[in-house]
Amino acid sequence: MIRIQARTEPSNIMKVASPLIAIVLTLIFGSILFSAIGKSPTQALQVLLIAPLADSYNIGEMLVKMGPLLLCAVGLSLCYRANMWNIGAEGQLLAGALGGSAVALFFIHSESVFALPLTLIAGIVSGMLWAAVPTFLKLQFNSNLILTTIMFNYIALYLLIWAVHGPLRDPEGYGFPESAIFADSTLLPTLFEGSRIHLGILFAIFAGFVGWFILTKTHLGFQIRVFGADEPAARYAGFNSKKLSWFVMLFAGGLAGLAGVAETTGPIGQLTPNISPGYGYSAIIVAYLGRLHPIGAIVAAIFMAVLYMGGDLAQIEMGIPVAVVSMFQGVLLFFLLACDFFINNRFINTNNQATN
Amino acid sequence: MDADLIVQILFAAIKTGTPLLFIALGEVICEKSGILNLGQEGMMLMGAVVGFLAAYGSGNMGFGVLAAMAMGAFMSLLFAVLVLHVGANQVATGLALTIFGTGLSAFVGADFVGKTLQGFQPIPLPLLSDIPYLGRVLFSHDILVYFSFVMTIALIYVVNKTRIGLTLKAVGENPHAANAIGIKVLRVRYLAVMFGGAMAGLSGAYMSLVYTPMWVEGMTAGRGWIALALVVFASWRVGRIMLGAYLFGLASIMHLVLQGLGWSISPNLLAMLPYVATVIVMVIIGADHFKEKLLAPRSLGKPFDPRNMA
Repeated sequence: MIRIQARTEPSNIMKVASPLIAIVLTLIFGSILFSAIGKSPTQALQVLLIAPLADSYNIGEMLVKMGPLLLCAVGLSLCYRANMWNIGAEGQLLAGALGGSAVALFFIHSESVFALPLTLIAGIVSGMLWAAVPTFLKLQFNSNLILTTIMFNYIALYLLIWAVHGPLRDPEGYGFPESAIFADSTLLPTLFEGSRIHLGILFAIFAGFVGWFILTKTHLGFQIRVFGADEPAARYAGFNSKKLSWFVMLFAGGLAGLAGVAETTGPIGQLTPNISPGYGYSAIIVAYLGRLHPIGAIVAAIFMAVLYMGGDLAQIEMGIPVAVVSMFQGVLLFFLLACDFFINNRFINTNNQATN
Repeated sequence: MDADLIVQILFAAIKTGTPLLFIALGEVICEKSGILNLGQEGMMLMGAVVGFLAAYGSGNMGFGVLAAMAMGAFMSLLFAVLVLHVGANQVATGLALTIFGTGLSAFVGADFVGKTLQGFQPIPLPLLSDIPYLGRVLFSHDILVYFSFVMTIALIYVVNKTRIGLTLKAVGENPHAANAIGIKVLRVRYLAVMFGGAMAGLSGAYMSLVYTPMWVEGMTAGRGWIALALVVFASWRVGRIMLGAYLFGLASIMHLVLQGLGWSISPNLLAMLPYVATVIVMVIIGADHFKEKLLAPRSLGKPFDPRNMA
């Protein structure tokens, strides 16, 4: 008989294998689903996963989607390591876009070299502020961080919608809820001629390495890791949990804010109500898929960006609703949690013992 | 503001609060058994889309409601297996359920966006609806609102006066003790979680079959999350959940009230009100940490594995 037994040591192999197994299971689930709705599963998977990497244009667009996912996921990885359940990356991203855009519009007739840096800083600070309020409420009033950060996502969304209908609306935009198109001085430079790959993507990869450095090479990172692994031990060691909480939340908020302002000053070039197709929520999955490790997040963000890009292509080429992407994400996270069970447990064959 | 407008506002507050009431009633039972299911939003969305599709396809509204409840229960069963048997983290699994439900509902309903239904029609109750003012506020609703009244009263009775309620509370307060006296802890938790799922599905069906009545991607707009706050706000008491749901309903239709007072504020800013109200509620409850600890089911969110009880 096959039974389940707890491992004495967590399996390091399963820690890495679990996301891969989860991805395979998700693809199998997807194939069954595509067959069920009368689409060819091989063609669908080819469009979803291979086509985004097939030519340089698609790779460029894929990287454009990777940027915000990675920026958000690096911050979330550190938050979750420190047991801070920040679900608010989406709101922090929107706040960053809003704050950054307000400054970008201030510089709309300016060619100052300070315009872009100030715009980016405004985005980062706005994201930090949006993370700071729930953090303060948690540390001061013990309010539930998950719920407050989610509520702040909705509040940020309506604030953004209000802004593009009101104070930030383009006065010459025929009443459309969009800001004016930003001046060149506040646009992120593109890295290659003819592609939309912009400086923000380098920021994102850089952020991944900064996150890795903090987590593995600094005393602060050590404290975060101990805190996540064994909170009572961390308290016994005298680690300042408030300081750690503030650090991870502001770090995550700043990065998510940067992701937002990099979207508006990068590929979009103006503030619109739908600047994010849920990057902040998807980043939660990216963070888990990357094993809450900033370098893992880079790999996972590429995978997720491929999926986003593939979803667009599947919509155009095969008429598959683009919502297939978020469905895949949800299934993936489910399988991942189930597979993670085998990090601390394993199957054993009890037949031998029974005959003894 | 005249009496007629107040009646209209209270009527709308009850209608808007009803989906919150359904889902929070389910969640409070689930939490009383010691399980925190953050997948409410996902189950609600799946209930909304499946309820709409079933009603649209069959032309039978009742069938839509049942299909939505079955879907919600099935979704919560996935959660229950992962949490109760695989031992997955409740918070992460609940989040996964919400992300899964949000995605799957958008996928399933993609071809039905914008189609509309007749929806459940109001049935003014004879005699009762003739009571001045009160009759129009309470007894001129659709059948699901009446069902929510009955459900609330039934749950108050079951939780406080019956053996089932006692068993449920025993499991949530101290699963080890409950196990020791022979209660099947996991079975109780499975049932409680699935009741919560069915109610979340019903709540979704209310959105897509009565409130709008149509299917729009992400149409629940965070109500599943607000319901989680509502349960804490109500200190895990069934009766207070009803009051809380209607208060939140009132916050959601504040634009009506303010129009009545002759104020004009951007509807986009007013749309924030339920979310801001939720944050404020979280702060007020959290600040009274001692009381919250005292009232919450003691094993809430903590895993229980009978195999470790040699």
